[in-house]
This record gives sequence, C-alpha cells and structure tokens, in this order.
Amino acid sequence: MANELILLDTWVSPFGMRVRIALREKGIKFEYKEEDLTNKSDLLLKMNPIHKKIPVLIHNGKPVRESGIIVQYVDEVWHDKAPLLPSEPYPRAQARFWADFVDKKIYDTGRKIWTTKGDEQKSATEEFIGYLKTLEAELGAKPYFGGEKLGYVDVTMIPFYSWFHAYEVSGNFSIESNCPKLMAWAKRCMQHESVSKTLPDPKKVYEFILQLKKRLGIE
Amino acid sequence: MADQGEVKLLKTWSSLFGLRVVWALKLKGIPYESVDEDLTNKSDLLLQYNPVHTKVPVLIHNGKSICESLVILEYIDETWSQNPPRLLPRDPIQRASARFWAKFMDEKQALPSMWQAFTKEGREQEEGVASIAENLKLLEAELEGKKFLGGEEIGIPDFALGWLVNLVPVFEEILGLKIVDEERHPSLSEWSRRISDIPVIEESWPPRDKLVTKWAAIRDHFLATARASSG
Repeated sequence: MANELILLDTWVSPFGMRVRIALREKGIKFEYKEEDLTNKSDLLLKMNPIHKKIPVLIHNGKPVRESGIIVQYVDEVWHDKAPLLPSEPYPRAQARFWADFVDKKIYDTGRKIWTTKGDEQKSATEEFIGYLKTLEAELGAKPYFGGEKLGYVDVTMIPFYSWFHAYEVSGNFSIESNCPKLMAWAKRCMQHESVSKTLPDPKKVYEFILQLKKRLGIE
Repeated sequence: MADQGEVKLLKTWSSLFGLRVVWALKLKGIPYESVDEDLTNKSDLLLQYNPVHTKVPVLIHNGKSICESLVILEYIDETWSQNPPRLLPRDPIQRASARFWAKFMDEKQALPSMWQAFTKEGREQEEGVASIAENLKLLEAELEGKKFLGGEEIGIPDFALGWLVNLVPVFEEILGLKIVDEERHPSLSEWSRRISDIPVIEESWPPRDKLVTKWAAIRDHFLATARASSG
C-alpha cells in the first residue's frame, strides 16, 4: 500500500516544525496543509476532535496527534532512516525526559515574555534564561543533545530558535550573551537542510507575534 | 527473566504518580525497594537523583535515575520487555493513541481541572467542575466497548487514569459533589471496578481516611489563602 502522509500544521508553530524536521531528516515525502486556526478545516476537526490543534499527521487516513507523539511514531515506523531516539532503554528515557522538560518549560515561559510587561515580564525572562542554561548544562560538550547526530531532543528544541528573536525583542534581552553555547548548538542544527528548510525567518515570527497580540487585545 | 539489578523507587505515601510506577513494577513482578519521601524535607537522595525537578517519583536502576512517571513507565516496559503485561501496544498507531490518552490525563485538562475544582470555590470551582464533566464525557466515549483504555490489556493510559478510582471518591466526600456516576458514566464506572479488582492495584491504594484528612487540609489551605488575599 502506498504511504499517504498528510500533515496539518501552521508555518509558525514550533510543534509543527518538529514533525517537519523529523520527516525531512528521514527523507519521507508528505503533503503539507497549512491550517488557518481562526477557521479550522473540517479535516482538522475530524482528525483531532478532542483538542482541535495542530500538528496532526494523517498516515493512510489514520491520525496521530501531539508533536512529541508524532515524532516518536515517525521514528518507530521509519526506524531505519536517521533514527532520532537511541536504541537502548536508559538513553531513550533520558531523551524523553529532556524533551518533556522542553515541552513543560520553554513554550509557556516564552509566551509569558511576549504577553506580559514590567515585573511579570522580567521574571518570565529570568526564568526562561534559567531553563536555557539548564539545557546548556545538559548539552555539555556534545555537538547535539543526541550526541554526534541530531536526535529527539534536538528536534524538540530547535524550532524555538526561530522564536528567539521575538522573545529577545519583546523582553529586551540577549539570548546569545546569556547562552552562547546554546546558540552555537542552534547554528550547528541550522546547517542541516531538514532544519533550515523548516524554520521560518525569525523576523516573520516576530511580525506574527505582533499581529497576534493585536488580535488578542494585548498591549 | 532478565537480571534486573537493583531497583529503588522514591515516592510519597500518597503520590498518584508514584502509584503508577508501583503498579507497573508489581504487575511485571519486578522486586524493588520503596522509599517514601517527605517533600517538606527532601532527602539528599532525591536531590541527587532528580536535581532538575526535585520531584517524585524517581526510579533508580543500578544507580541511574529516571524521572517523570510516564517516562519511567516506558522505561520499565522497554527494560523488562519479557515480563508481561506489555504496557504499550506493539502497533505504532495504537502506541501513539495510548501515549495520547496518557498525556491527556496529565496535561491537557484532566488533572488540572480537578485541581481547580478542588482548590477553588464559587464560580472558579464551577468552571473546574464543568471542565471535569467535559473530560469525563470524552473518557466515557473512549472507553465504550473496551476493557481497558489500552484495549484488551491494561496499559500505560490506564495507569495514568488510575488515580480517578481512588481519589475521586475522596474528592466527592470533601466537596459534597458527585463527579463520576453510574448513569452518566457507565463505561468509566465499569472500568473503575475492573481496575479495583486487580489485586496488585487494590492492595496499593493509600488508606482512604488518611487521604481524606490530607486533601481536606489542602483544600482548607487554598481557600484560606484565597480568602485572605481577596481581603
């Protein structure tokens, strides 16, 4: 049976980017469908009735939801091409732990940076930098979180690199000066076509946030 | 059976997340040493083995630590893959679905909405209760016609939801509300009975009266704090 893959996504979603990077790393062809989240398609509502969120990967008509779960699914089905998770249980558990850390901390704290002001924003910025430093410590001297090659944690975290500029301008701080090692890691990841082809222009992400703030009625 | 080495579990007497790991270890017949932590006075062991979150549960296997209950459950399933039951299905689509429902319990609304209903009053509580009702409807639909959330056999999503069986009656008693009932939730009620019938699960429940005392105190604390700050 031919493999039919459809990805419901939006260009700016760091969660959707994870899936695109994983598929591209493995050289898997897929059809990309850009969703308008203010006017969700029938397909999205049918394939993810519970959360009505992207990304959703539809594989031969069956939906897989939640970016981390989708990436693991892709890794399991196409396990012989550019494996993202280690093969042994303990390193796999470590990779899942750190991906979970990114999931729990980065997006929500980052969001606080561009949706708040004053003291609240300052403390969100400090918290955010703290998490980036924790990630730097975990990276250590390795070129990637996955070791010598791009792995599950790299794919989970690197989309946020396209949002760094938006966070920096909103919060008036520099990620480069606080976390140079992490920035070096990000640039290393960007040398992979799967990443550079997927991540949008950071300036466009910033413009998007400005428009989103207007729409949400945030100053 | 693989040589399992030394297995230690850091948890607390009442932790629902720790309970999941207890079930997995016991069902798979893995001997382990249990350490109950006092989270108001965290042990050096906990701080050493979970420096990032300093939370329980933590599984320490041959001196190496694994943290976050769902990560631990997958680790146990992969490391002791020869020991039944399988905690995740073999088929990748079904695995993805099992992971989705496990995550749903923890993150999206299930536990947080329970927390809101429990620690607030007035309109905020009503919102929490309404949110719980929505989630229970989704769970009821998902459980229909199934023995377990994972299908024919118990698995990780059932472990993730298992707290419901033990803790909901406690919350119902404290709040004076019915949250799960036979009429609105026939499949969920039957699933709860099926879960409770499993000896390993039944014998691991924390004592109910201790739970009522603990959670009543938690609710009082949150309500008092909220009332004090609203002046």
